[in-house]
Amino acid sequence: MDLFEYQGKQYFAKYNIPVSAGGVAHTVDEAVAEAEKAVYPVVVKAQVQVGGRGKAGGIKLATNADEVRLHAGNILGMDIKGHVVKRVWIEHASDIAEEYYASFTLDRAAKQHLLMLSAQGGVEIEDVAAKDPTAIVKLHINPIVGLSLATARQASIDAKIPEKALDGVADMLVKLYECFTKGDCDLAEINPLILKPTGEVHALDAKVSLDSNAAFRHPEWEEYAATEELDAREQLAREKNLQYIGLDGTVGIIANGAGLAMSTLDVVNQVGGSAANFLDIGGGANAEMMTAALEVINSDAKVKSIFINIFGGITRGEEVAKGIVEAVKRVTLRAPIVIRLDGTNAEEGRKILAEAGIPDSQLTSRPTMLEAARAAVALAK
Amino acid sequence: MAIFVDQNTKVIVQGLTGGQGRFHGLRNKAYGTQIVGGVTPGKSGQDVEGIPVFDSVEDAVKATGATASFIAVPPKAAPAAILEAARAGIGFVVCITEGIPAQDEARVFATLQRDFPATRLLGPNCPGIISPGKCNIGITAGEIAQLPTASGPNVGIVSRSGTLTYQALYELKQQGIGVSTCVGIGGDPVPGTSFVDCLAEFQADPETHAIIMIGEIGGSAEEEAAEFITNHVTKPMSAYIAGVTAPAGKKMGHAGAIVSGGKGTAQGKMDALRMAGVKIGLNPTEAGSLMAEIVNNLR
Repeated sequence: MDLFEYQGKQYFAKYNIPVSAGGVAHTVDEAVAEAEKAVYPVVVKAQVQVGGRGKAGGIKLATNADEVRLHAGNILGMDIKGHVVKRVWIEHASDIAEEYYASFTLDRAAKQHLLMLSAQGGVEIEDVAAKDPTAIVKLHINPIVGLSLATARQASIDAKIPEKALDGVADMLVKLYECFTKGDCDLAEINPLILKPTGEVHALDAKVSLDSNAAFRHPEWEEYAATEELDAREQLAREKNLQYIGLDGTVGIIANGAGLAMSTLDVVNQVGGSAANFLDIGGGANAEMMTAALEVINSDAKVKSIFINIFGGITRGEEVAKGIVEAVKRVTLRAPIVIRLDGTNAEEGRKILAEAGIPDSQLTSRPTMLEAARAAVALAK
Repeated sequence: MAIFVDQNTKVIVQGLTGGQGRFHGLRNKAYGTQIVGGVTPGKSGQDVEGIPVFDSVEDAVKATGATASFIAVPPKAAPAAILEAARAGIGFVVCITEGIPAQDEARVFATLQRDFPATRLLGPNCPGIISPGKCNIGITAGEIAQLPTASGPNVGIVSRSGTLTYQALYELKQQGIGVSTCVGIGGDPVPGTSFVDCLAEFQADPETHAIIMIGEIGGSAEEEAAEFITNHVTKPMSAYIAGVTAPAGKKMGHAGAIVSGGKGTAQGKMDALRMAGVKIGLNPTEAGSLMAEIVNNLR
């Protein structure tokens, strides 16, 4: 789960990482009120989960209420790379002497934590990596050893952080590492990490991605789930406990298993179609799950055909078929279904589907994934 | 021969008295796996359809001589369960648990590496392992796996995805091709056993003559496998990578299946494997047909 900047800053604050005081605003009036509290000059920042806000005009400096009104008015509702700005973050503008970069992630290849640190911050780190890879220090950290202040200081020296900022940056790294590990982050990134003219080191931005598997030990994450930007289909799927990702195509997809669902998208694409979604109904594939899945697909106006791709492993083919027949009775579908049922007892399952009395215009069966994909794509055109 | 497990492997089930543990443990036993005990703290002296239950892995190992463990406990309890098995001297641990936090997985892996290098972890969040006709640990339906033949050629399967593992087993069964061992390494960010670990074992296993690999988007495990194949694998291979059309930045069901920062794309993985001499299918059926061609050439 990705956090907005303001949420990331609030998360950082829990681990004593210095961030600017500020507030969230959903309207121009709220923005002015927050600006008065933060003391001018302030920065008005669009809260969207996409890079390049500054270039798009989503970050503006304001020295009085009129300017806040102007900028907040322009930014709220702005479309930044397909993300509509619903809220702005107002904080006191910081004086900047220097800009650095720091992040922690899990390096899957090394199976260790990875610190990336650079004295060149405030720009996309990918650009720094492309231009001058030696400007980024990469340090692996053994998860059961952790990061000491001494190691953090040495990494800062290696990254050519100037002497005057060394202690501040090292202290910041230790705190950010604690936030990353104890806070169960997939990513904890500060860009820019700034040195103020007064000598303090400060987090001017916050990019935090949380590991949803750890939600059980972070009840405080519930507030973040409430602001997550899901479309109507994704919202419905979440309520029904389905693994669903909305896409832009016309073939609705239901499959059992994440790998098979991904593979189904690929095959639809391979035969010239496009998937409307990713949907994994899990190993169970019973009537309840199937009904819920069909309801979600049915809520998508773009869907012209539905491709159900089931491989019976533990769940036997006849049970899957009964579930589908039951679900088709419960939901009035706006698009025809093509089903491919394979695996354990698939023949019995296909027989049940064929004898259920569902008209061909509503449900047809194909023996292989490829043939079913072709049929579904033809119906969607 | 088979890799990691065979007919002599004695297995205990951690969480045997729970819903999942009981269901799959009994299925594994019915398949012929030597399920010799179960572990649930506070339930020693009980049994599950004749399988004795112990309080700890240590007690179970002492009483049964088990060398492998099947962990089917919830995500909160799984990290401790894995380390308990390692501490008791279990050499092969299969953990099917889905939903373990990545930070816990990283710590468990680092602890195994430092303190219990003799213990191999398969998973978490994996379907398990089956050496057809010999041993089945996990959730794979045993009947879809074709038995290997003494003369061969037999195929080894290694996969990151559960249902695509079954799909691969099924494709081979349709073609009448025997399977030596099928390993599901799981779709999480820090798998205990990697593609490379399995490829090394298959390369050394005289009963395995060819290998199918099923990968997916995210991470760099397939690229590392490609490098290993170039240098160390002489047996013919086919592969399939799921997620060609997956949008960037979205987790596709598995915690580890995500294209981020332009890295971990299916195309990059397919290119790397093709360079290593692996035949690439654009869907699972095609990977199965390519394997059938390979096997026919070996016959």
